[in-house]
Amino acid sequence: MNVKYFYSFLAVAALALIAWVGCDLLGLQVLFGVILPYVAVVVFFVGFFIRMMDWARSTVPFRIPTTAGQAKSLPWIKPNKIDSPYTTGAVVARMFFEVVTFRSLFRNTRMRVNPDGRISYDLELWLWLFALAFHYTFLVVILRHARFFLEPLPLPFEILEKIDTFIQIGHPIISMSSFVLLGTVLFLFFRRVYLPNIRMISLASDFFPLFLIFGIALTGILMRYFTKIDVVAAKELTYGLVSFSLPTMARMQEIGSIFYIHVFFVSVLLAYFPWSKLMHMGGIFLSPTRNMANNSRAVRHVNPWNYPVNVHTYEEYEDDFREKMIEAGLPVDKKE
Amino acid sequence: MNDKGKIIAGIVIFFVVASFPFWLNMFLEKGPAPELVLTPKAKAAEKCVRDTQFMTANHMQLLDEWRDTVVRKAERIYVNAEGKEFNMSLSNTCLDCHSNKAEFCDRCHDYASIEPYCWDCHIDNPKETK
Repeated sequence: MNVKYFYSFLAVAALALIAWVGCDLLGLQVLFGVILPYVAVVVFFVGFFIRMMDWARSTVPFRIPTTAGQAKSLPWIKPNKIDSPYTTGAVVARMFFEVVTFRSLFRNTRMRVNPDGRISYDLELWLWLFALAFHYTFLVVILRHARFFLEPLPLPFEILEKIDTFIQIGHPIISMSSFVLLGTVLFLFFRRVYLPNIRMISLASDFFPLFLIFGIALTGILMRYFTKIDVVAAKELTYGLVSFSLPTMARMQEIGSIFYIHVFFVSVLLAYFPWSKLMHMGGIFLSPTRNMANNSRAVRHVNPWNYPVNVHTYEEYEDDFREKMIEAGLPVDKKE
Repeated sequence: MNDKGKIIAGIVIFFVVASFPFWLNMFLEKGPAPELVLTPKAKAAEKCVRDTQFMTANHMQLLDEWRDTVVRKAERIYVNAEGKEFNMSLSNTCLDCHSNKAEFCDRCHDYASIEPYCWDCHIDNPKETK
């Protein structure tokens, strides 16, 4: 048993228990359904801004793009425009594919020592595949939740829902994204548990968000397919939150406690987001190794806070010691 | 490099997009409130197949079970906890009392943006016959 993931698991279990006790036994629906979500949203936006500005203030004195292709040099050498971007446009293209298709992760390799002692590097695409599936299904799940916040639901969201449920299994129809999300979270978790080198570098702050997202997906799936809640009462609350017209207390109590556990998990995730590794969402755009053009050969980049340095040039040195140098027979540039 | 302006612009765009539930509703025309209208027949019956709380949350599951039982096992009789018997049929049992689809079914379904595929066959098509 590993302390790091065990404590993270206990923390998430404790959160679920807190929300359950709070709503089921103490009747604190207003706290878990209204106050904490509002606080969490404010903490998310303020924290996101603070973290981004913290990075914006950080100095980036050097051009340090990491490249994975031929840089632009002589006209007859074909440059790799995306992997070694030369212009701002190419940087934007590189950034776009980085964010949308995780190209850096696609290059993930695993070193292996072959039986004959030779070392080989193999493509290791599972992480890329599952990470991509995880992020996209999470996005789809978030967008599908628009039906709890908008009234009536705009067409693009309806189309998304239709695509997500097109297999038409069961009733309510299974949304593929929910289950893929749950599965990919499990993959990302077991990867950290089973691979010894990954387990070694995994911290509690790596496991906690995974457990939390697992909890969110699990409670969501439970609500939709197993322990049903009153969806209309739930929407009255969520729609009330975004339109600042809350339903009555009695109406809020009609929603099952599992709904409040789900909402509490999401609130914790939102409030935790800016202070955690999840900030890679904003941080990716500020990665100096990705967002800079590789044009150091053509453009001179001067460190912006360079101040004039007092230097003692060779000419000045020679002026100081010319006679002594000539006397000692040393060569000088200027012979008086 | 000083890109603070660009970074703030990016953050502002993200914040506007991410807060869409708070402002997009202003541009949408809100539908009728999800208040149900009961037909005289439904009022007279007083009680549905199961209690109201169960029906609100679980009616789709019950219908799904009914469909499977009827289609796969050819059993048409449902007995509830009070021992009352019902014909397992959406068109002939449910919609017999709740004949006002627009004011009953649709109110909540529209509000929660659900489009059940029950109506692909039922209601508008000829009533099923025994």
